Amino acid sequence: MTKNSKFFWIIWGISISLLLTSCAKKEDLVLLGEYGSLTGVTATFGKSTQKGIQMALDEINQTGGIEGKLFKIIVEDDQSKPEEAATAVKKLINQDKVLLILGEVASSRSLAGAPICQEAKVPMITPSSTNPKVTQVGDYIFRVCFIDPFQGEVMAKFARNTLKATKAAILKDIKNDYSVGLAEFFTQTFEQSGGTVITEESYSEGDIEFRAQLTALKAKNPEVIFIPGYYTEVGLIARQARDLGITIPLIGGDGWDSPRLVEIGGEALENTYYSNHYTPEDPRPEIQNFITKYKEKYNEIPDAMAPLGYDATWIAFNAIKLSGILKEENIKKAYTDKPNTGSLMEAINTESNRQKIRDAIAQTRDFTGVTGVITIDENRNAKKSAVVVKIEGGKVRFMETINPS
Amino acid sequence: MSEFLQQLINGIAWGSIYALIAIGYTMVYGVLRLINFAHGDVYMVGAFAGFYAARWLKISEEPTFIGVTGVLLFAMFACALLGFIIEKSAYKPLRKSPRLTALITAIGISLFLENAGQLIFGADPKFFPQIITKKNLIAGGGVILTNQQAIVVGVSLFMMIMLQLFIQKTRTGKAMRAVSFNREAASLMGISIDKIISVTFVLGSALAAAAAILVALTNPKIEPLMGIMPGIKAFVAAVLGGIGNIPGAMLGGMIMGVAEVMVIGYLSSTYRDAIAFAILILILLFKPSGLLGGFAGEKV
Repeated sequence: MTKNSKFFWIIWGISISLLLTSCAKKEDLVLLGEYGSLTGVTATFGKSTQKGIQMALDEINQTGGIEGKLFKIIVEDDQSKPEEAATAVKKLINQDKVLLILGEVASSRSLAGAPICQEAKVPMITPSSTNPKVTQVGDYIFRVCFIDPFQGEVMAKFARNTLKATKAAILKDIKNDYSVGLAEFFTQTFEQSGGTVITEESYSEGDIEFRAQLTALKAKNPEVIFIPGYYTEVGLIARQARDLGITIPLIGGDGWDSPRLVEIGGEALENTYYSNHYTPEDPRPEIQNFITKYKEKYNEIPDAMAPLGYDATWIAFNAIKLSGILKEENIKKAYTDKPNTGSLMEAINTESNRQKIRDAIAQTRDFTGVTGVITIDENRNAKKSAVVVKIEGGKVRFMETINPS
Repeated sequence: MSEFLQQLINGIAWGSIYALIAIGYTMVYGVLRLINFAHGDVYMVGAFAGFYAARWLKISEEPTFIGVTGVLLFAMFACALLGFIIEKSAYKPLRKSPRLTALITAIGISLFLENAGQLIFGADPKFFPQIITKKNLIAGGGVILTNQQAIVVGVSLFMMIMLQLFIQKTRTGKAMRAVSFNREAASLMGISIDKIISVTFVLGSALAAAAAILVALTNPKIEPLMGIMPGIKAFVAAVLGGIGNIPGAMLGGMIMGVAEVMVIGYLSSTYRDAIAFAILILILLFKPSGLLGGFAGEKV
């Protein structure tokens, strides 16, 4: 074979493969976007959420999709960084041109992505960002979890009534919207119900040394320490607190929920409690069915992020179905409105369609999800109950359910 | 009072880590007049080398003295090798170029190590296994000193003393001092400059690895970007003590550690990073040669 003909075959091969891939792209899938922390300091949040979302996606595609249209979710990793979250959302909207966006877990990152979604009028549903500011960004931003004022109240009441504490100390992540907000709401309720927050100390995400703060807290003799942080730091804090001889209960919020928490903190986590969206020990059939299916698929017990991701995705599917944009006559109309369009997505991804989806999400009432019955209120938040769990012998044990007042 | 004592213990344990890293900066500066910005990242590689060695040797299941020493030596050896390679491949070809070129190369190596670390080890934080079972050495009067903290301080001091003996008492140490004093004159006296520079990098990098293993004992979270902040802080510590001066780097590291812990304990954690840079500015204003740095006359 001469050199030239070899060259010809290479070019031929490349063109054929290009042709094949471009054919595959023409397949008429409805595209949704997801941004999450698949790597970085809160990697398990993003990974678990992604597994929950993937489960919902597989279920809808296996049952024939909506009006015969199948879905695809484009996943972007933001490395647990707010600035990367903004880039990921911009890519999903401008390059992938998705119809709706799911994410993020952490409030700081949702707050980075939400203004971009709002600006482009792409509906965004966060599965688990609990800071109130997230949905205040605008009318295209929703969530399927409770908000921090409620979570702070739950833990304050728990500390006051169940742990009988009157003097609490707080150790918060000063750079994190979620942590600062939660600390504030905890203080409010705790002081209203007769306790005092005697001291507050802070750290920054990524720190590894907390002994200075803990020594200062210890000197004030609190009866309980509230640590509204994420699992990576909480595990280290618990370890160093016990090293310094601090044996009082440590309590926190849903940011603690990760299988890695116990791996990091080990025995130091005895006598700790946190509020969460759900517990796998809850006997409700929705939860038990979900756990069985999840175990079959991933061979592990889901933390709270997975069912929240799952619920968020089903609420999105439901809204898309209700909006009627995938009905055959509406798709036909979309194609005639936009002549020369190639794919289904190009035709249906219009501002009016996205607004219809937004309206449908806003009308979600009494949706029976895994994490509870979800009703989206006028502020685009979900009203739901919370659970308080305890860590005992390296296992998470259910303590009590607290309903919104 | 017990709170203050406890904070002092925390500060000294934390400061000895800075001191170990600062020595690496100061040694390289003393010999090469180069600020090796990649030093913090060599520290990170040391932590990961120890992590994989500990996992491979399954130390956490049954901590033994030999096992722990093995992990420490392996990490030090891996970093010594890395330091050697970095010097030979990145800095040696630039020996005759302007100093700025070498400085920019150092920043390049630093970025390279950080990103290669994310690629190879992954961006997720890893948790260093407990290679030493925790015990309280002192627990009374509200003050607690764990064996891990004692090991951190003890091993750091031991290494600093060994290094000091090496530099003051051996022929190679004497050669290092000579090169640092006047490179041309030293080479005229028959000292192999290249060899001395390699030894400097090997020693400095091995100490960074030791610091990393000690940090991982008490603060067991490691990730590819963990070297950035300690690297900068240790650099400030080196300048504080007088860059190029080894006892100065130790003193600077201790002062930095104690100052940080006291600021967090008695003021607020938000001032923690500010204190490092405030110290840097003050020292540059009032004693630019550092606490123990001698007067370096400009050669005309």
